[in-house]
Parts: sequence; structure tokens; C-alpha cells
Amino acid sequence: MWTLFHKFGSPPWLYRLSGSILRWLLPITLLALIGGAIWGLLFTAPDFRQGNSYRIIYIHVPAAVVALAGYYVMAIAGAVSLIWRMKMADIAMRACAPIGAALTFVALVTGSIWGKPTWGTWWVWDARITSMLILLFLYLGVVALYEAYENKALAAKACAILSLVGTVNIPIIYKSVDWWYSLHQPASIKFTGGSTIDPSMLYPLLFMITAFYCLFTCALLLNMRVEILQREQRTAWVKALANKGAAG
Amino acid sequence: MTPAATATFCLRLLRRQLVLGLRRPVELGNPLLFFAMVVALFPLGLGPAPDTLAAFAPGILWIVALLSNLLTSDAVFRSDLEDGSLEQLLLAPQPLYFSALAYVLAHWLLTGLLLGLASPLFALMLGLAPAAIPALAASLLLGTAVLSLIGGIGAALTVGLKRGGMLISLLILPFYMPVLIFGSGAVQAALNGNPAGPFLAILGALLCMSIALAPMAIAAGLRISVDT
Repeated sequence: MWTLFHKFGSPPWLYRLSGSILRWLLPITLLALIGGAIWGLLFTAPDFRQGNSYRIIYIHVPAAVVALAGYYVMAIAGAVSLIWRMKMADIAMRACAPIGAALTFVALVTGSIWGKPTWGTWWVWDARITSMLILLFLYLGVVALYEAYENKALAAKACAILSLVGTVNIPIIYKSVDWWYSLHQPASIKFTGGSTIDPSMLYPLLFMITAFYCLFTCALLLNMRVEILQREQRTAWVKALANKGAAG
Repeated sequence: MTPAATATFCLRLLRRQLVLGLRRPVELGNPLLFFAMVVALFPLGLGPAPDTLAAFAPGILWIVALLSNLLTSDAVFRSDLEDGSLEQLLLAPQPLYFSALAYVLAHWLLTGLLLGLASPLFALMLGLAPAAIPALAASLLLGTAVLSLIGGIGAALTVGLKRGGMLISLLILPFYMPVLIFGSGAVQAALNGNPAGPFLAILGALLCMSIALAPMAIAAGLRISVDT
């Protein structure tokens, strides 16, 4: 247990491990994304009311689900780095923020594109949309704070605290926005119109959610590798790696 | 450290902060002046029609209070970091949790309390119905305390940075949003003749939670900032 724990603190070990994971995870992710998209876009029946426009669900929902989960990954990595001072947890936390922000942005944009044909408007100040927007702000806040510190070890600590404060706040923000919406506007738009989704649509959706989780993992590992190389650029193993790359 | 000694220490710290604030009465008035000026911008921007202004008044007053709190939060720890007294505080045996609470309390007494007490005047300027004014003052008094605690976290995290001003807004505005929702909700409820009590109760609950948790985050943030 402890040897594994120490290994996770070692940059070259993690660099090699992530390399061997990526070697098979990256092709699987690509295949899953392409396969899932083809399954969802071509081989499912059009929706009874929305026609073909509902198919954006296969991008929208996975992006939103993984964006939310990504925040918790970031906060847990932050907690690990604060409690056990694990360097690799810092790097994981830092790598989560831009990916999470990008996924949140994708969810917002696809939601808005989906909203235009179905609700007739690009943007509604609805509870869920507003809380996703706030999530985007939280992610960007972490990125901004990290960039503001010169000393990256301190930056990671500060971001860890910020993301932990965020985890306490996300449920509160979500509930408050939910309540605010129900107070200020009549529920004119039903977001979960058909509460049951047909299995023929659900399976490709679940498949795409899994594919997005793999995508998140790949992006996380790739980001971490870059960060590891940047932080360790003066060490012997990175120099050896660079020389080998230059020679080969 | 006995509890009594810690309490004495924190009261002295609080007294020091208050004395420092009261020695500069003009700076004390600045947040209020800011509040008045921004309130004056809204009739210019939205048009002076009393009905429109009265309808938007709960939101306007709360947003301006929030901004005024945000702008003053930035300076809570700055001068003490620069003259080194913050470092002494971190080295002191007293728990940093209570010292952080003393700083935030002093900040609230010098900004939020004054703002809450002065808010009826601004409410009348915007034509808010008199029935909603007690709810406004009560929600501001409770809510600005929460804002001061959250703002303290942002201030602690950014105090060591050279360009902290804009960053602190980006960090803590998302956390201000629930307070804004329930604060302006209380005033809106009172305006519509509904009881404002439930909203004030939620603000009170938020206050309890932030008193319990925020000083920990502030203390951790200060330890980082002093290192930079």
C-alpha cells in the first residue's frame, strides 16, 4: 500500500504508467466516441416530438455529466494534495480545471443550440443552465488563481483550498438557484418532459457518457504528462528522454 | 492556550482592527459613498420612472451592497501582510481560526453593519415600499456578514499576489450568488406581502455554516499567502 503511495509521488513512474495506459486507452476512446456518435446519430429513431434535433443529447448530456464529475475529481485531488502533500495530486488537480471548463462550455453551447429549435430561444435563465454557468465560473476561477501565482507549489495549494470551498458551495448554489427559478418564473418549460427515455435511446447515451469519461481520463493524463515534463525539466530523466527523442 | 486567553487575544485583535478603521473616518465612509453613487447610476441608466425603480430596487440594493463588500474585502489583510504583523500572527500560539474570525468581524462591523443601517435611506431614494424596508435592513445585516466571511477567503488567497484586485472578484462572486438570491428574495417577499422570515432563516443558516467553515479556509489561505 505504502509503496504504491510513494510510487504515485514519483514523476517518472507516473509518466511511464500514464504512457502505457494512454497507449491503449486513447484508441479505445477514439473508437468509442466515433462508434457512439454513429450509433446515436444514425441508428436511433427520431424523437416523437423533437424530430432529429434531439440527437444533440448524445453530446450535451455526456459533456454535462462529466463536467460535474470533473469538479469532484479536482476537489478530491486537491484534498489529497493538501492532506498528504502528494505532488502528483497537485498536477492532477491543475489538469482537471481546463478540461472541466471546456466540457462545461461544450454543455452550455450544445444546450443553447438544442434550445433554439425546441424552446425557440438560445438562452433561458433556468436553474440548471444558470448553475452550469456558475460551474464554468468556478472552473475558470481555479485556472485564474493558478496562473496568478508565480510559485506553482503554492498555486496548487491555493487552488486546492478554492476547489474544496467550491465543493461545499456547489450543492448550496444548485439548491438556491433551483429555488430562485421556481420562485420567479412559472414552470413554463418542462425539461424532463418524458421522464422515461426509451431504451433504444438510453443505451447509446450511456455508451457516450462512458466514452466521455474515457475522453476525460485521456485528456487528464495528457495534461498531467505535459505538466510533469514542465515541472521536471531540469531533472536527468527528462533530459535523457528529450535526448532520446531528438536522436530517434 | 486556555480558552479565556484566546478570547482575550481575539478581542484585542478585534479592538486593534476597529481602532485602525476608526482612525481613518474618511475611509470608513468610502463604502457608503460608493453605495450612494452606484445607486444614483441606476435611475440614470434605467430612467427615472418611479415604478420601474421601485420594482428593481430589491435587486439593485442587494447587488450594490455585494459590490461594495467585494471592493472592501480586498484590503482586509493587505496592510497587515505588508507591515509583517500577519506573519507574527501566524507565528503566535493562538489558533489562527479565531484570529481570522476577529479580522472578518472587524471588517463586517466597519462595512456591512454601517451599510445595513444606512440602507433604509437608499431604499427610500429608489422608492422601495416602506413595508419592505425592515426586511431589507435585516437581510443586509445577515447577508453582508456571510459576504464578509466568503470575501475573507478570497482576500486570504490573493493577498500575497501583486494583481489581486480583479482576481478576488472572479474567485468569490460565484460564492456570493446564493446570498444574493436569498437576500433579494427576502426583500421581494416583503414587497409582495409575503413573510420574509424563511429567507432570513436561510441567510442565518448560511451565516452559521460560514462562521464554522470559512475561518478554516481563511487560515489555510493566509498560511499560503505569507509563504509567497
